[in-house]
Amino acid sequence: MSRLIVVSILWLTIPTALAAQTRPIVIGSKTFTESYLLAEMMAQLLESRRIPVERRTGLGGTLVAFQALLSGEIDAYAEYSGTISQVILNMDSDSTEGELAAALAPLGVDLLPRLGFNNTYALTVTRETAAQYALGNISDLTDHPELRFGLSHEFRDRPDGWPGLKQAYDLPQDSSGIEHGLAYQALLESEIDVTDAYSTDGDLLRYDLVVLEDNLEFFPSYLAVLVARTDLDTDAKEALSLLADRLDDATMRSLNAEVVVEERTFAEVAGAFLLGQGLITSVQAETQSLWPRLGRNTLVHLKLTGIAVLLACFAGLGLALTVYRSPSLSAAVLYIAGLLQTIPSIALLALLIPIAGVGQVPAIIALFLYSLLPIARNAITALLTIDPLLRRVAVALGLTEIQQLRHVYVPLALPHVLTGVRIAAVVSIGTATLAAFIGAGGLGEPIVTGLALNDTGLILQGAIPAALLAVCAELFFEGLERWLIPRHLLSAKISG
Amino acid sequence: MSGIIEFRAVAKQYGDTRVFDDLNLDIRQGVTTALIGPSGCGKSTLLEFINGLQRPDAGTVHIFGQPVPALELAEFRQRIGYAVQGTGLFPHMRISRNISLLGELDGWSREAIRSRTRDLMALMALDESLENRYPHQLSGGQRQRAGICRAMFLRPEILLLDEPFSGVDPLMRRDIHRRFLTLLGAEIATVVLVTHDMEEATRLGEELIIIDAGKIVCQGQADQIQPDSEYLAKLFGHGDPS
Repeated sequence: MSRLIVVSILWLTIPTALAAQTRPIVIGSKTFTESYLLAEMMAQLLESRRIPVERRTGLGGTLVAFQALLSGEIDAYAEYSGTISQVILNMDSDSTEGELAAALAPLGVDLLPRLGFNNTYALTVTRETAAQYALGNISDLTDHPELRFGLSHEFRDRPDGWPGLKQAYDLPQDSSGIEHGLAYQALLESEIDVTDAYSTDGDLLRYDLVVLEDNLEFFPSYLAVLVARTDLDTDAKEALSLLADRLDDATMRSLNAEVVVEERTFAEVAGAFLLGQGLITSVQAETQSLWPRLGRNTLVHLKLTGIAVLLACFAGLGLALTVYRSPSLSAAVLYIAGLLQTIPSIALLALLIPIAGVGQVPAIIALFLYSLLPIARNAITALLTIDPLLRRVAVALGLTEIQQLRHVYVPLALPHVLTGVRIAAVVSIGTATLAAFIGAGGLGEPIVTGLALNDTGLILQGAIPAALLAVCAELFFEGLERWLIPRHLLSAKISG
Repeated sequence: MSGIIEFRAVAKQYGDTRVFDDLNLDIRQGVTTALIGPSGCGKSTLLEFINGLQRPDAGTVHIFGQPVPALELAEFRQRIGYAVQGTGLFPHMRISRNISLLGELDGWSREAIRSRTRDLMALMALDESLENRYPHQLSGGQRQRAGICRAMFLRPEILLLDEPFSGVDPLMRRDIHRRFLTLLGAEIATVVLVTHDMEEATRLGEELIIIDAGKIVCQGQADQIQPDSEYLAKLFGHGDPS
């Protein structure tokens, strides 16, 4: 029992100690190259002025990023005028910047001056497809209903995306959803024929893709702007405003291409650009090399899963002890916990955004909910299957209810409970990689970035440590079982 | 003659099966009483009335001159030792802790716990080297003796034994009986022993109560009851119950 307490205390204090740091200015990004690149420019601009910066990149979508801004999880990120007007504010696509700024102000968000380029949506096909079907503009698509459209999820759902486009051009095709990071690959492998792209996307150069002209001028303008929290430090805002009108379409596309085609890092490309513009005096030494970044991501990952699993231990065990005497309550608890388990993790994370915002808190809540089932189920089963003779003896010897639990039931249930915790921990380590989509960081961060860049190496930087971590967790719990539980109870589990 | 344990007009029914109906019984202090009868006769239920594991549907059970309490049962039960068939030793505790758990919970000093454990183990001929073993590492007979040590730890005023010696080979059982009588001599407690074995009953019991189908068939001192009487022979099948 005392060993159990030692383990719990250590488990609680280590992540808390790691988390206790002063809060720098947090720059966010969404999950595509340009957003990462602009975030890196913002970060380096601030760092060159000795303002501490934290990068929370790879937020999974507009609403996640904007919600993060509103809740203070991030302080600034790059957004587009058309996205702000239609997706965030539900305003007309031709709203002026003044109107947008006025609408954002009550939300505590400032619209900083525009960056100069217009990154609107575009439809793109391979050069071969363009030649084969004689495609030059979007209207040309109407004659070829057999063309397969694989569109990014966000584009398919936006009023200024696929639904409006299909209507405006009277397109006969249906579309299927695809992760944007995988779309070009699918295009090149002829899995799909048409996908959406951003007009400044460096991949357009990389894969030699043809952009179909928006001949009906359906797509609204998406002027790049920076949005920042109103309460952001004035010096920081001034520094960020230096980027105003520095980037035109061609510049942005070629910077994007430097990342995706030449495989230079965001930091290198952003630093070189800022230096060229005279906005910084020297390129910072590479902000973070592989190992420190890996270490930090691993620690965050451990923190997310550690706190979630520990909380689930307390809740699951408490729940089990409360309900195990009543078969109907036990069944109800297991049913509800089982139901939670069936919610797809990415959907659960999304559902949590309105309630818990973005960042580590909702990630921990989601992992906690997933961990509850294996722990509660194993604990309830263990308590229900304790030898009735041992129960009778514990009662008859004159042990109080608390003493029965503490000295007999809980120790006897421990092997099963630990198995539940072990399962919960290993599953959590895997699921936690998805938490990067809501800005929680961890080993999912390189995976998300790698997906955005179509960079297998980067994906592996997240995937391999996550797999190793899962193996380590297995070994850790095996050791813990050996330490806490007499050997004969491990093999036989619970018996008289 | 009233006893330390008094059953008055006790009735108990499980579903449609009536186990007891107006049972009256006194169990005397300082004496080993053996309750004998075929399985299903209700003798174990009688034992469980005494420590409150079960409650009669009607009638009263008085212990120490008081009815079995409804509350504070834990404290009450600590005055009543309990050892059962299959021992119910806790598999996650070493033998010494199994035996001394009640002393630990009662706040005894480390030294008192240690010396009491050693004394009991010596009385029951359990070698000191067994202290740090787990129950599964002991023989069946050793486990049963450890179970009795545990029941005796707090020097209970009453010791309840529910077939604690069954399932061991006869030679071993005779040895355990001898040890047990030694322990009784040293500790002097009121003992209620439930058994279906006439030989065991006569060897250990000073007073015998024979129960069949919820009724007391015969009660008396061990030497006054003829184990080979016609009735008992019918009841127990030539004195060999197994």
